[in-house]
Amino acid sequence: MSHVSRTLGTAGAALAPALLLPTLAFAAGSVDGAVEKQAVNVTAIAMFVAFVVATLGITYWAARRTKSAKDFYAAGGGITGMQNGLAIAGDYMSAASFLGIAGLVFTSGFDGLIYSIGFLVGWPVIMFLVAERLRNLGKYTFADVASFRLGQGPIRSMSASGTLVVVILYLIAQMVGAGKLIQLLFGLDYSVAVILVGVLMVAYVTFGGMLATTWVQIIKAVLLLSGATFMAVMVLVHFGFSMESLFKTATEVHSKGIALMEPGGLVKDPVDAISLGLALMFGTAGLPHILMRFFTVADAKAARKSVFYATGLIGYFYILTFIIGFGAIVLVLNQPEYMGADGKILGGSNMAAIHLAQAVGGNVFLGFISAVAFATILAVVSGLTLSGASAVSHDLYASVFRKGRAAETDEIRVSKITTLCLGVIAIILGIAFESQNIAFMVGLAFAIAASANFPVLFLSMFWKGLSTRGAFAGGFAGLACATVMVILGPTIWKDVLGHPDAIFPYKNPALFSMPLAFLVAWVVSKMDTSDEARAESVAFDDQYVRSQTGLGAEQASSH
Amino acid sequence: MSRTIYDRVRANPKFHQLCETRGRFAWILTAVILVIYYGFIAIIAFAPDMLGAPLGEGSVTTVGIPVGLGVILSAIVLTGIYVYRANGEFDELTRQIVEESK
Repeated sequence: MSHVSRTLGTAGAALAPALLLPTLAFAAGSVDGAVEKQAVNVTAIAMFVAFVVATLGITYWAARRTKSAKDFYAAGGGITGMQNGLAIAGDYMSAASFLGIAGLVFTSGFDGLIYSIGFLVGWPVIMFLVAERLRNLGKYTFADVASFRLGQGPIRSMSASGTLVVVILYLIAQMVGAGKLIQLLFGLDYSVAVILVGVLMVAYVTFGGMLATTWVQIIKAVLLLSGATFMAVMVLVHFGFSMESLFKTATEVHSKGIALMEPGGLVKDPVDAISLGLALMFGTAGLPHILMRFFTVADAKAARKSVFYATGLIGYFYILTFIIGFGAIVLVLNQPEYMGADGKILGGSNMAAIHLAQAVGGNVFLGFISAVAFATILAVVSGLTLSGASAVSHDLYASVFRKGRAAETDEIRVSKITTLCLGVIAIILGIAFESQNIAFMVGLAFAIAASANFPVLFLSMFWKGLSTRGAFAGGFAGLACATVMVILGPTIWKDVLGHPDAIFPYKNPALFSMPLAFLVAWVVSKMDTSDEARAESVAFDDQYVRSQTGLGAEQASSH
Repeated sequence: MSRTIYDRVRANPKFHQLCETRGRFAWILTAVILVIYYGFIAIIAFAPDMLGAPLGEGSVTTVGIPVGLGVILSAIVLTGIYVYRANGEFDELTRQIVEESK
């Protein structure tokens, strides 16, 4: 027992800082610095192989049912509200949000709860403002909705750019995180791990399309929720289901003492905190791989149900991670087998949940949780890749390049080729960024989603006056502003480029870049007196009826 | 979908009733979650002691724990309230509108 945790631990030291950075809040899966290769963990590998075999079986089954473009992009529209809710929750519960938030609770107590709440509150907003309109207007990608009555060429090009930037930033972070985590948990070579993830994700997506991608995500969500529930229950059993006695023991053994139960220094600067909150809240409503899931269900009713299930499951998951973090303080902290000679936990705080898995369930359960962490990364990158491939094949190729005259078979073929290209790009970048500081990437992705994708999507659905030029200018203004502010801000200018002081003082640009996108879109639309703009404004009326009633919306195919 | 069906929907007073009621309901709930979340962040930023106070005499659990869990539950409950009304009342109204516009 101690051997495994010790080998996990020593190399994990390098993993800790990355997950402790504030950008952890973005569930990055980013792991920085060098990580030593570990001894091969046989139990974990056996469980992971079982997962891969099962999901490849599902991919085979899905491939036989995936014939039309609608099957490939949207699983034929035949996913139920509950299934989609699980898949959405799965997209959101990444390896880093599990290990990172549990680790944050382990070191800072209450502050960990503050972060997880930030992730959750975007979901009600999606429910109230986005979900049903998106389902009623769209077909396969959120660009379908944004370009519904606007110029197809410019708006789809812009939405596809927003999608690809978000997807690639996210993919790099996930690939690097995957490589390091797998190296740590399984003892595989970094590059072997990255190639394995790349090959498997390409297989799921090209052969099984959205149907396979969704089921991989559902299975992983069930495994992760079950594993986390087991850990939380074991912790509570230890304390006779009394939270008070759990907290009491934790404050007695933790160096922070009673301060564990109070808001600490995590939210220092109100401007940064509010800006981060905006990015999390509205960025979630602009993440292409999340938005595409709304087209997999039959109608607006099922779309709403899926958000409700997703919100419930994600909220439940964050409560579990909170208990797991405190459980680790009591059962892992100060236990000699998990502590290094320096008096710190082996492998750093983000390993707290992994150590706890061993403490409550032994080596078999440790293997299970490690395999689930790997499966989590695999499921998340598959969704991302499909979303990027759809942007290229459906938006750029079929709608912009072929002006809607592409045959469905050609469109699917382009999508599969793109998936393969994205797989190769992800592997190359994953290896290239191995020892780079990539902690900013998912933060940037969220900021761009909130500042470019969300404003255009929102205005196209809610504001009659939005014109093509306005949407195009506003979207690119948000994209550029968020990117420049992150580059000039502390995360890149100071931490990556090594300048002594940042030019832009805040880590999170959304508070500035998001209003800018809205403002530019509004001003440019107002100034646009072209005939196209008038026609687009008139077309809003029919779009409005469809968005409200679902009349004329894409119907589910019968599976 | 023919042009006329959209015109007929627009001419139906029930359609305007649907948009207005559901729209107002959605915006009120959005405002509620914004107030809850940014209220929570504001307390953390400006009056953290409020959340750090013990929940009861001699307890280790602080006010922040039920408040934090309350924010999580409120997000779930608010989405639940919206789904309940939208999938019942509003969808029934939508069905009637579509039926009458055929």
